[in-house]
Amino acid sequence: MSEPVSTEPLLTVRGLRMHFPVTEGIIRRRVTGEVKAVDGVDFTVARGETMGLVGESGCGKTTTGRCILRLEKPTAGDIIYDGQNIATMDTAALRGFRQRIQVIFQDPYSSLNPRMKIGEIIAEPMYVHGIEPDAGKRNARVKELLSECGLNPNFADRYPHEMSGGQRQRVGIARALAMNPEFIVCDEPVSALDVSIQAQVVNLLEDLREKFGLTYLFIAHDLSVVRHLCQRVAVMYLGRIVEMADADSLFDSPLHPYTRALLAAVPTPDPTVERGRDFRPVQGEVPSPMNPPSGCVFHPRCPMAVERCKQQRPEPREIRPGHIVACDEVR
Amino acid sequence: MTVPRLLSYHPTKITASQREHPILPPLLEIIGLHTEFRTGAGIVRAVDGVSYGVEAGETVAVVGESGSGKSVTALSVMRLIPDPPGQITAGSVMFAGRDLLTLSEPEMRQVRGGEIGMVFQEPMTSLNPVLTIGRQITETLEQHRGLDSAAATQRAIDLLNQVGIAEPVRRLQQYPHQLSGGMRQRVMIAIALACDPKLIIADEPTTALDVTIQAQILELMKGLSRDRGIALIIITHNLGVVARYADQVNVMYAGRIVESGPAAEIYHDPRHPYTVALLRSVPRLDRPRQARLDPVEGQPPDLTRLDAGCAFRPRCRLADAGCAVARPALTQVGKAGHSAACFKAAA
Repeated sequence: MSEPVSTEPLLTVRGLRMHFPVTEGIIRRRVTGEVKAVDGVDFTVARGETMGLVGESGCGKTTTGRCILRLEKPTAGDIIYDGQNIATMDTAALRGFRQRIQVIFQDPYSSLNPRMKIGEIIAEPMYVHGIEPDAGKRNARVKELLSECGLNPNFADRYPHEMSGGQRQRVGIARALAMNPEFIVCDEPVSALDVSIQAQVVNLLEDLREKFGLTYLFIAHDLSVVRHLCQRVAVMYLGRIVEMADADSLFDSPLHPYTRALLAAVPTPDPTVERGRDFRPVQGEVPSPMNPPSGCVFHPRCPMAVERCKQQRPEPREIRPGHIVACDEVR
Repeated sequence: MTVPRLLSYHPTKITASQREHPILPPLLEIIGLHTEFRTGAGIVRAVDGVSYGVEAGETVAVVGESGSGKSVTALSVMRLIPDPPGQITAGSVMFAGRDLLTLSEPEMRQVRGGEIGMVFQEPMTSLNPVLTIGRQITETLEQHRGLDSAAATQRAIDLLNQVGIAEPVRRLQQYPHQLSGGMRQRVMIAIALACDPKLIIADEPTTALDVTIQAQILELMKGLSRDRGIALIIITHNLGVVARYADQVNVMYAGRIVESGPAAEIYHDPRHPYTVALLRSVPRLDRPRQARLDPVEGQPPDLTRLDAGCAFRPRCRLADAGCAVARPALTQVGKAGHSAACFKAAA
């Protein structure tokens, strides 16, 4: 690789596949099929960038995030992070590596241990990784992290049930920051929060990114939040990326019929805009990833589908600079 | 039924319109409803003097965050509040000339699922997992309409067709777990429609669904409402859904309606600081990225510790000493039918 380091992406995902076996039988287990949760995904994330990964449930966006965290070992493909392939890394090498990539989960109720105090929750990863062996310094760091995330440092002595959803999500963010990570996988970090609290957490994530030079992979189904936060966005459908572009071109001139359907389905909080538009929702439901349609996986629901779409799987093409679409009918 | 000492009854748009058209009362009128829960931490006034009306064929949205009382209001209308710990302590719910709060339990059972249909948020928990789809629809028809089994099955097939479920005969034999989330919600709508209700109350009907399926379900409900003149109450926190579907909007905060009016008024001329802040805090898909979001600061209030003043005061940018003295009542602001409960909103 002869390119200068500065233009090198921090994360490169190439041909990522994650197939889960489907088994039947209790005594004699036999594999009867597989769920292709992620089926050939390629994208890059530049240092300091926020990359959005959007799609409906079952599209494989969370599984992609879990592969990058190596909570799953991918079936195939490469995940190159800062020159090293995480996809094939062994457990010992991973241990040191995990500090650099952290995660913020969706549900702030189930992702915090109810029997641990907030201070213990945030201090534990530092203890495990030996980042701050001194207990006194560790507690000082916990208080610093709490106030960094907009919480009162005294919350260290509280339990999760004493806090609201928004406060718990801030604890989850503080725990991720405790490792001084470079990269954070944010898996639906605001979807479980009330509307008035979502904006607070979105602003916090942005402030922290600027302050600590973080890079985010932002996994979400709420397209409005993604538009606000992300510089680039990839749209997934049934385990594949169907469209990827910088946020403004994706939202202002979407090309793939699925992206268009997805954007049209989101109602705008403005009755005048809504009354003035002729809206027809896309028909049908997402097919089972165990038995995906032949050819283009979107063809059964696609208003533009022609005969060829049923046979031939469209390969991603770069239609405009930086704008990639996997649809043969788009010119 | 005991009446609290400080019964706060706010005259709303509906009572005003009722004065103008005394012959045609609204289909549903909630007047001064109070619902309390006795908890270990004290009494929670989940619904604290709520009044609103729904005209025949109209779509009314109730917007608010968790704990604002929007769902408890709907459950109180249906008399589905678990007692204990909950209790409806005051108010009345006028529906088709009767006060639902004074009906006997057998009479109320005829209203539920008969004249008023319900669609809940989580279709997996609101359908019975051990009964077939068919049984759950025909049960309603046999109970309320006295149909025999064959007639009820025929009607169930018709209903599944109407809500857009393919192969209805096969689907009737299936169990809820064999259906997708969107399909289950269609079944819930079929059950709600079974007895030709005049009103359907939908509590977060699409929150658990994906966005393309959400759009399908809402279009289905809106279409049914339009074609058959069924009034809809949609309870939601999604301001986009409200903008697309609602005629009237009630914004709730801490157990009360803080702003009420036609959808266009609420969105283009919001008067209550909470409504203003809420609309400003949501990022929009149709607008390029702005520098920062403008959130509603602070946390929603603890309902066991409300004082005499305005409940939104701690988070309000306009609040002053006067706001601590009393909770403001809903008063008309702007155009007719638009009211807000804020001392600063009058203009």
